Amino acid sequence: MNIREIMKNGLWDQNIVFAQVLGMCPTMAVTTSGTNGLGMGLATTAVLVGSNMIISSIRNFVSPQVRIPVYIVLIATLVTIVDMVLNAWMHDLYRVLGLFIALIVVNCAVLGRAESFASKSGIVASAFDGLFMGLGFTLALTAIGLIRELIGMGTLFSQASLLLGPKFAFLEMTVIPNYGGVLMMILPPAGFLVLGLMLAVKRFYELRAAAKETAKTTASPTPLAEGAIGCH
Amino acid sequence: MSKLDELRDRLFYQPLSLGLIALATSAALSFANQSTQEGIADAEKRDLQTSLSEVLPAGHGDNDLLKDTVTVADNDGKEVTIYRSRKAGTVNGVVFKTAARGYAGDIVVLIGLDEKGTMLGARVIKHQETPGLGDKIEVAKSKWIHDFEGKSLDNLPAEKWAVKKDGGVFDQFAGATITPRAVVKAVKQGLDFYAGHREEILSAPTQGEAK
Repeated sequence: MNIREIMKNGLWDQNIVFAQVLGMCPTMAVTTSGTNGLGMGLATTAVLVGSNMIISSIRNFVSPQVRIPVYIVLIATLVTIVDMVLNAWMHDLYRVLGLFIALIVVNCAVLGRAESFASKSGIVASAFDGLFMGLGFTLALTAIGLIRELIGMGTLFSQASLLLGPKFAFLEMTVIPNYGGVLMMILPPAGFLVLGLMLAVKRFYELRAAAKETAKTTASPTPLAEGAIGCH
Repeated sequence: MSKLDELRDRLFYQPLSLGLIALATSAALSFANQSTQEGIADAEKRDLQTSLSEVLPAGHGDNDLLKDTVTVADNDGKEVTIYRSRKAGTVNGVVFKTAARGYAGDIVVLIGLDEKGTMLGARVIKHQETPGLGDKIEVAKSKWIHDFEGKSLDNLPAEKWAVKKDGGVFDQFAGATITPRAVVKAVKQGLDFYAGHREEILSAPTQGEAK
């Protein structure tokens, strides 16, 4: 599998949120603002790259019967070590990201990539897969977060300078001043609502593209996304 | 490879490999724990120092608060560490932690009082409230926490120590009443605790640097 394909899969075709619908727990929990979505996405990307590389490097030694507990132990260990290292030596970053790091353990997209990609591919390919899957996740979370933030609070990227440093203060925008806010958009139900609408839009375009294709060549319909592992 | 494939299917290989992975990860974890312990303790101490200086106005005391502590048991028998600020040897302020249950777990508030029991400042130092909703209790996200400054049990009657929804003077947030309610409760508890143990807190000999 070449890097171009890995990139396309991660960002769009097999996007963790929009195609595989994995990692719903952190998705619903943190997408109350664009900044939160971005922070969670970046932290997850780092863990995905690390876990994919570790699991790819031991893939030949792990027997299929015990692979799931092995992956879970490795991912949990990695996340815990990242948590401790950030806390000890990058404390300013930890104060902002600390909230997200513990949540990454419950993101089954990390386990999903270990199972469906890293355990079957080389280290370099796995690292790229982790990177682009993570970026696709970041993109999705930031998009959902921005929509909820805009409608819910009338701002975009509020408190971005806390996450990215004072240089990024220009990202913080108040789009609608003196906005009363729509509380429901910040509460969990709106997470499902916005995600559902975005999935519908994505499917609409895919189906339309497929219909055009069929009209041209009467080829087989586009295959659905890979079967997701049943968890939240 | 074929030899490894054969080996992988043997019964002894699976528990053994699982055991080895567990051993390796435990070793990695304890190593990481050991090497980060000092850093984390330092970072937490720095955090505490920053918070301590935030709840007292600049130049309030002239001593090192971290080195002038007393431990007093509250009414439930729980020990509270109190940091004392002194000016020219006399205690002119105290800082301690107080907590109440919020929407998700305990909210820990650090409060600073002058010796008479008037609020000098408060900061939430630990909470797990909903991001975007309940986290307006953080000073980085809202000015709300400054509302406590200057208030005391004397200038604000007990029934007014509540959010506006409950007939008090403190704002609640849109969509999050439980969180500010818990913070107000924690601060009020802290003031009650100070009022009940004032003599003890002011006169006890210092116990030195906090653990």
